Amino acid sequence: MELKDKLISSFFAFEDQIDVNNQIHQLRTKAIKDFETIGFPNKKEEDWKYTSLNSVLKEDYSIFPKEENTIDYKDVKKYFIHDIDTYSIVFIDGIYSSHLSNTTHDKIDACLMSSALHHEKYKAVIDNYFNKIAPQDSGLNALNTAFSREGAFIYIPKNTLADRPIQILNFSTGNESALMLQPRNLIVVGENSQVQIIERHQSLTENPVLTNSVTEIYAEKRAQVDYYKIQNDKTSASLIDNTYVEQKQESFCSIHTFSFGGKLVRNNLQFFQRGERIDSTMKGITIIEGKQHVDHNTLVHHAVPNCESHQDYKGIFDDKAVGVFNGKVVVEKEAQKTNAFQSNNNILVSDKATINAKPQLEIFADDVKCSHGCTIGQLDEDAMFYLKSRGIPAKEARALLMYAFANNVLESVKIPELKKRINKLIANKLNVSLGFDL
Amino acid sequence: MLKIKNLHASVEGKEILKGINLEINAGEVHAIMGPNGSGKSTLASVIAGKEEYEQTEGEIILENEEISELEADERAHKGLFLSFQYPVEIPGVSVTNFMKTAINETRKAQGLEDMPAKDMLKKIREKSELLEIDRKFLSRSLNEGFSGGEKKRNEIFQMAMLEPKLSILDETDSGLDIDALRIVSNGVNKLKTKDNAVIVITHYQRLLDYIIPDYVHVLLNGKIVKSGGKELAHKLEEHGYDWIKEEVKVES
Repeated sequence: MELKDKLISSFFAFEDQIDVNNQIHQLRTKAIKDFETIGFPNKKEEDWKYTSLNSVLKEDYSIFPKEENTIDYKDVKKYFIHDIDTYSIVFIDGIYSSHLSNTTHDKIDACLMSSALHHEKYKAVIDNYFNKIAPQDSGLNALNTAFSREGAFIYIPKNTLADRPIQILNFSTGNESALMLQPRNLIVVGENSQVQIIERHQSLTENPVLTNSVTEIYAEKRAQVDYYKIQNDKTSASLIDNTYVEQKQESFCSIHTFSFGGKLVRNNLQFFQRGERIDSTMKGITIIEGKQHVDHNTLVHHAVPNCESHQDYKGIFDDKAVGVFNGKVVVEKEAQKTNAFQSNNNILVSDKATINAKPQLEIFADDVKCSHGCTIGQLDEDAMFYLKSRGIPAKEARALLMYAFANNVLESVKIPELKKRINKLIANKLNVSLGFDL
Repeated sequence: MLKIKNLHASVEGKEILKGINLEINAGEVHAIMGPNGSGKSTLASVIAGKEEYEQTEGEIILENEEISELEADERAHKGLFLSFQYPVEIPGVSVTNFMKTAINETRKAQGLEDMPAKDMLKKIREKSELLEIDRKFLSRSLNEGFSGGEKKRNEIFQMAMLEPKLSILDETDSGLDIDALRIVSNGVNKLKTKDNAVIVITHYQRLLDYIIPDYVHVLLNGKIVKSGGKELAHKLEEHGYDWIKEEVKVES
C-alpha cells in the first residue's frame, strides 16, 4: 500500500487511541480530508522543484510505535546541551519520556502538547493559537494536524523571562523497522517575554525514520525568541521541518538552522509579520557530503511598514551532496520602509556536488530597502596557499577556511555552550582537530 | 642553506622564470630587486611551493634536500617561510589560534608533541613584544580589517613564532609608513642569526637601509642578470633599471 493510503486508513485506528471529543479533533478530521485531497508534494510544484520525496516515501513506515521504549540517559547524554541548566522535553519514538525530561509549570510552561490538550487551563491558548498560522494548503501540514497529539508545548506568559533555555529532543530507537513521526509543537511567547529554544531530532538506529514536524511560534508584542535547530542526524533519517512564526509589533525572532546530517532534510520556514518594527532573522549553516540533501525553503511576509528581515545561509557541499536554497521575500504594498536582506553563500568542495539557489523577491511597496546576494564558489586558492605556507596541511587548511566561511552565522548564537557545541560539530564534520576549539 | 639551479617556472603556460641560479648560505641576507613584472613574486611563490606555478625545470635544494616535489606545508615544516605581499584575511580564526595551529602542525610533522600551553603563551608574549604588537590584536581575526602596516607586522610576528631557517620577505616594505617600516625591519634584524638566512624581495632600495643585505641580485625578465654587494642597491636607486637593461642587451 502506498504511504498516503496507509496514512489515511490509519486515521481510524488513531481515533481509537485518542479523545475524539477534544477541542482540536474537528481540525484533525478536516485535516485528514485535506491530506487526502492534497497528498504529498511532488516535483511538479514550483516549491518542490529541486527536492523529491519519492525516495523517503517508499518505505513501509509504522505510523504508531508498537510499544513504549526507554533509553538510558548516559547513552544519549551527548545529544543534550548538558553543561548548563535547561528545561528539556524529550520524546522517544514520538512518546513522551518523563525520565529524560525536565519540564516546568513554574512561571512558564514547558511541557507536553498532550497535557496541554487535556487541561482546561490551556483551552484558551489552544483555541487562540493551535493551527492558526500553519498554511492550510500544505499536504504536509494537514497530515501533521490530522495525527497531532504530541509534541512540545511552551507558553511564556507576558513580562516573563524564561530562566533557562528549553531543549526539545526527539529520539527514535529503531525498535520499529521503519518509523514515521509527526511531532506537533506550539510555542507562545507573551508580551515583553523572552525564551531560547533548542530543537534536535536524533535517530539512534540505522532503520529508516521520517519525521514530519510542524512548529507554530507566536511572538507577541516586544517578545524575544531565539530558536536553534540542530539537524545532525543519521543518513537513514529524513526530516521535513515545517516552522511558522507570527510576530507582533516590536518583537524579535531568530531561527538558526544547523544542518549537518540526515538523508533528506527539508526546512519550510515562514515568517508572518503582524505589527510595526519587527525583526525577523533566519540563519543557517549547512555542511553535508555523501548523497545527503538539504533544502531550505524560506518565506518572509512583510505586511506592515517599518519592519526588518535578515536571512543569511551558508552552505558547504562535498561529494554528491545536494543543497537547495529557495528564499522568498514578499513586501506588501502597505509595508513601506521595509528593510529586507537576504544572503546565500555556497562552497562546492567536489565537482559532483550541487546547489540550487533561488532567491525570490516580490516587492509591491516603493519605499523599501531590499537586497539579496547569492554566491557559489570554491575555496580560495590564495588562502589555501597562505595557510599551507605556515605549515598547516591541506586538510586542516581546508577545514579552517570552511570554518572561517561559515563563522559569521555563529556570531549571533546567544548561548555560549551551544556555540561551543556547534563549533565541535563543525570540527567533527570537517574531520579535523586544529589544536584549539573552533 | 638554499641552492637554486636553473629554475624555470610558468603560470598558465607562460614562462615567467627562465633559468635562475642562486646560492644562499646560513647567516646571509640576500636582496632580490627588479622592476615590476620581472618575476620577483613568482620566484618567492615557486620556492614556497604555490601549486598554480609549474616548475618546469631545475632544482630547489634546501639544506641538501631537493624540495621541488614537496607541498607548501611540507616545505614550511623543513624551515621555509614566506612573508606575503598580500596576506589573506581569515575571519573567525584569531591570530593566536592560527599561530597555535601552525606551530603544532609543524611540530606534529617533526614528530614532536604539541607545545605546552604555558610555553606557547610565553612565546607569543615575547614575540609580540618584539614586533610591538598589542595583546588585543592577537585575539582579532587573522588579517581581517588590519591596516597594511598591521598585516606586515603580523607576517613578521608569524616568522618570529615559527623560527624558520630561510625566510623570504616578499615586498614587505610596500604599504608601510616609516614607523612600521622601522618596527618590521628591527624585528627581522633581531631574528637574524648565523644559522638562518633571509631573502628580501623589493622594488625599492628603502627597506635595504634598514635590513642590510650581504648580496644584491637584479632580476630582469625571469633571469638574474646582475649580482653584487649592497652598493648595487644604491646604484639602482639612483639610476633606475634602464642601465642594466642596456648592459643585458649589449651582452646578448
